[in-house]
Amino acid sequence: MDDTAIEVADLRKSYGETHAVAGIDLSISRGEIFSFLGPNGAGKSTTVEILEGFRHRDSGTARVLGQDPGTAGRDWRARIGVVWQKETMAPKIPVRALVRHFASYYPSPADPDEVVDRVGLSEKAGALPEVLSGGQRRRLDVALGIVGRPELLFLDEPTTGFDPGARRDFWGLVRNLADGGTTIVLTTHYLEEAEALADRVCVVARGRVRALDTPADLGGRSAARAVVSWREDGRRHEVATEEPARVVCEAAARFDGEVPELTVHRPTLEEIYLGLIADGAEHDRTEVPA
Amino acid sequence: MSAPTKNPESAATAPPQPPPLPGTLRLGLSRGWVEIRSFTREWESMVFTFSMPTLVLVFFSVIFDDMFDTGVSAVDYYLPGLIAMGLMSVSFQNLGTGIATEREYGGLRRLRGTPLAPASYFIGKTVMVLFLALGQLALLLGVAVLVFGANLPTDAASWSTVGWVFVLGTIGCALLGTAVSSLARTAQAASAVIIVPFLLLQFTSGIFVPVYLLPEWVFNGAALFPLLWMAQGLRAGFFPDGMAALEASGSWDLHLVALALGAWCVVGLVLTLATFRWKTRKDG
Repeated sequence: MDDTAIEVADLRKSYGETHAVAGIDLSISRGEIFSFLGPNGAGKSTTVEILEGFRHRDSGTARVLGQDPGTAGRDWRARIGVVWQKETMAPKIPVRALVRHFASYYPSPADPDEVVDRVGLSEKAGALPEVLSGGQRRRLDVALGIVGRPELLFLDEPTTGFDPGARRDFWGLVRNLADGGTTIVLTTHYLEEAEALADRVCVVARGRVRALDTPADLGGRSAARAVVSWREDGRRHEVATEEPARVVCEAAARFDGEVPELTVHRPTLEEIYLGLIADGAEHDRTEVPA
Repeated sequence: MSAPTKNPESAATAPPQPPPLPGTLRLGLSRGWVEIRSFTREWESMVFTFSMPTLVLVFFSVIFDDMFDTGVSAVDYYLPGLIAMGLMSVSFQNLGTGIATEREYGGLRRLRGTPLAPASYFIGKTVMVLFLALGQLALLLGVAVLVFGANLPTDAASWSTVGWVFVLGTIGCALLGTAVSSLARTAQAASAVIIVPFLLLQFTSGIFVPVYLLPEWVFNGAALFPLLWMAQGLRAGFFPDGMAALEASGSWDLHLVALALGAWCVVGLVLTLATFRWKTRKDG
């Protein structure tokens, strides 16, 4: 059995002069939670929409569940699930009926009532989509995306507009799906979402992959040097070091006790991320307005 | 061709065949039911789609009695033309604006992410349009007969004329509406692209103004579109034969009606297949 869910090489897509996707290579394993992280307009949604078989690529190769998403047919679409980023209108029928109707599109769907329950919409099962709150509507989108029991689920900025509690509940649902063996491709511009969920994070900016690693190692974070700073002789000292403890000990020995204004700082994921997406921005600013 | 012989070992370890995809026709009918339910939830569109021809019929029957010297009462005179207008509104206008809205607000995008066959989507639309067309017809006939005492055809031949004009006209207009929905950049633009020409056609196709009063160039222009022929075919079904003298050529010309509506079905189908998009233009 092929362990690769998605394989992409030198993927490119331009709109006029704008190179939205400017040569992306990556490989996503089955069962993985893979996150595309990047600012708005970075090219992550375009990439994902090519993989979903919605947009056509200009060049490069793409294999999704063993098929080319540009030409794959209904049988392939039955194996993927998509939760779109943009507003997606639904027929005006009650939630439960709608989930049931979408279930009928698939060869071996999940139990619609169970899906409604799973996304936490049981109390709204009889309501029309238009009376749901933003967060509830998003959960309905997810219900419609997972009711076909997809092997691969695309979630494009699924929690935009959620309050923190709803976001945490949603993360639980995603982990739950991944535990059931579903491969998940998550697009987000929330750092903490990528950090909380993803096995691997792919930072995309200006149409290219800027970093691809586990959240802990992203951009060399775990190996990054810590900055030790303190006040001495009336001015601030800063030392970037791989051995912060030794620097602190030496300083403590000099001061014979407390070191004034001592801090030890390791780069946060946010700092690493901001560095990654800013890197080289001057060189290829003409590519994509972020 | 001979069936490939399977290695028994690999056959034993091969994953079980996935269950087949649900049938296109069954899903199409199920979509039709959902479309109808969804449509009836939206009372504004219900009123908008259904009320215009009936309102016009009521106004004209009350106000315009004896305005034109046609030899029949106003309700009898206007009924076939307003049925044609109603059929075009539930097919051309309803699909043209409806599909453009679905495209703009992601309804089509959502379907693109599922294994639903495009054919099922169109079967669903067909079911909905036929349902609305029959509803429109029943409403107009009901009001005309019950409120204004209109005279309906009494022979089978006339009803069969009404029947085939109804079917060909509705299908042609539905396909044309689907094709036009792809022309417009946005849903709002679609409303303009659809409602303005439709309104012009209503005035130039013998719905409000009898065709014998139209200048020839206006008639010839309107004759390029299906509404004029639908109205003429329905008049042939509803009016006594003597009234053919009021037609442009002095006869019903049913063969031309069939030819024009049939041609629009073919042209509409070709245009729909050539222009249909799941995406908006800005989706690239």
